[in-house]
Amino acid sequence: MSLAPALAFALAGALGGLLWWRRRDPARPTRPAAAPATDLAEAVFEQASQPLLIVQGNRVARANAAARAALGAHVVGQDPRVGLRHPEAIRLLDAAADGSVDAPGLLGGRTQWQLTRRTLAEGCWLVELSDRTAEADVSRAHTDFVANASHELRTPLAAIIGYAETLADAGPALDEATARRFTAIIGREAQRMLTLVDDLMTLSHVEAEKHERPGEMLDLGQLAARVVAEVSSLRGKERVTLEPPTGGLVVAGDAGQLEQALRNLIDNALKYGAPDQPVTVSASPAGGRVVLAVRDRGPGIAPEHLPHLTRRFYRTDPGRSRASGGTGLGLAIVKHIVERHGGELEIASTLGDGTRVSLTLPAAAA
Amino acid sequence: MAQEHTVKAFDNDIASLRGLVAEMGGLAELSLSEAMEALVKGNQQLAEAVIARDKRIDAIEAEVDQLAVRIIALRAPVADDLREVIAALKIAGVVERIGDYAKNIAKSTDKIEERKRFEPLALIPAMAELAGSMVHDVLTAYAARDPVLARAVVERDARVDAFYNSLFRSLVSHMMESPATISTAAQLLFVARNIERIGDHATNVAEMVYFAATGDYLTDRDERV
Repeated sequence: MSLAPALAFALAGALGGLLWWRRRDPARPTRPAAAPATDLAEAVFEQASQPLLIVQGNRVARANAAARAALGAHVVGQDPRVGLRHPEAIRLLDAAADGSVDAPGLLGGRTQWQLTRRTLAEGCWLVELSDRTAEADVSRAHTDFVANASHELRTPLAAIIGYAETLADAGPALDEATARRFTAIIGREAQRMLTLVDDLMTLSHVEAEKHERPGEMLDLGQLAARVVAEVSSLRGKERVTLEPPTGGLVVAGDAGQLEQALRNLIDNALKYGAPDQPVTVSASPAGGRVVLAVRDRGPGIAPEHLPHLTRRFYRTDPGRSRASGGTGLGLAIVKHIVERHGGELEIASTLGDGTRVSLTLPAAAA
Repeated sequence: MAQEHTVKAFDNDIASLRGLVAEMGGLAELSLSEAMEALVKGNQQLAEAVIARDKRIDAIEAEVDQLAVRIIALRAPVADDLREVIAALKIAGVVERIGDYAKNIAKSTDKIEERKRFEPLALIPAMAELAGSMVHDVLTAYAARDPVLARAVVERDARVDAFYNSLFRSLVSHMMESPATISTAAQLLFVARNIERIGDHATNVAEMVYFAATGDYLTDRDERV
């Protein structure tokens, strides 16, 4: 044991000597001398990931690679207004002092850029472009979410208020059958609101914990068997079946959340699959990972919808989904749960055949 | 310019002429997108900002005119330089019209009723986005002197026209179904028409860009109505 460090030391010494010798050998080309600082600065400018322009007088003197990619190589040598042309950008160029402006749509469509001008020398500016499109998207998604959630809550509420007012106004004049029907609607709509609020709360819980990896050891086969047994004992849901799970299905997870994810997937399969076809749940190992899948036979989902399915409140067919009591949050919850578990959610669907949704989670080290 | 002129001032003149045209284009582009936002959201303040911006566009057009005339008078440009100056002059005129259409759209903002319930209002932004992308790309083609991009813009105009036709049908059927919406639907018909014209004008600019860059006319395409 004590020999090893000594040996390593000797080896390093020999290598060092060899390198020294090679450097000294006049026959070999020596390593190029360190590049002058200006060349390095040049390379930094050229290779910076942020688009940069150097404006001198009323011409773009230089544009780095990123700027040429974003704006086009033609900007170099032209009036900066030709390349940038956004009114805010022009305001920045015309301004007396340095500063920065936001230029929505600078590169077309919904892009969002921020431009910053810094004076390098008299009559010579550096113009920096930063892409803020992603940030703008996030904040738009947030606003959209609040607007959608309020809308979804308002719809059942409007029905409840409407029917309750009718009941109160008509009073005894209303025949009993109608009154009972109205009360039933109120009950159903209130239930829908409750489901929605529950889903919203689940979503926010899962999101709040998303950076804590769950530590409980559990067997997905047993979990699937338990959920399927519970669900298929309910009337009208007998067609949910379980493929007998194999062994080695232990993962580190949160039992409550994974159960919820599986329930959501089974619910979807029951709702959107053909009513007379089985819904099959399976759990199987796949090379260091465990796959939990729910398969239905039915109309399937059109490919253009697939990328959006996990978006909150996204619906392929709004009328049908709401009529079946969906909140539009089911798959969003599943996606967040899977992400928290470090797994992947995959949705594969063939029109006219059916849909298979699978969760792939890393298996726990044995 | 491809090669430098012996008279440096001439290069500077051409550069600022192009700069002015691009600046106008940028203003018109922003006006179109803001006019649509104002229209859809009923933002009267934004609509007024768009209407006010049109004066600035007009002022720059006048500047382009003066500068172009001065270049022709003082420097007597020939060949590609002359094409460049003529194209700038003509493009400025067309961009000014695009600005006018954007202003017209902004002016419709306060004439739309029942904004939330009126479904075709959700379709028009998609059409405006398409026309807006044509304007954006044609201005980029102008900046880059890129005849290929210019030709691509021309080809996109058919899609705007198709959009216009389907919107027209949908608005007319809306009018028939609920006469209460006729005034709003008619306003939107004008808006759609304005957007359709913007698409046509973007096509005109594309033709000029193509001409300025290559010296040839962009031919072999069907006549638009």
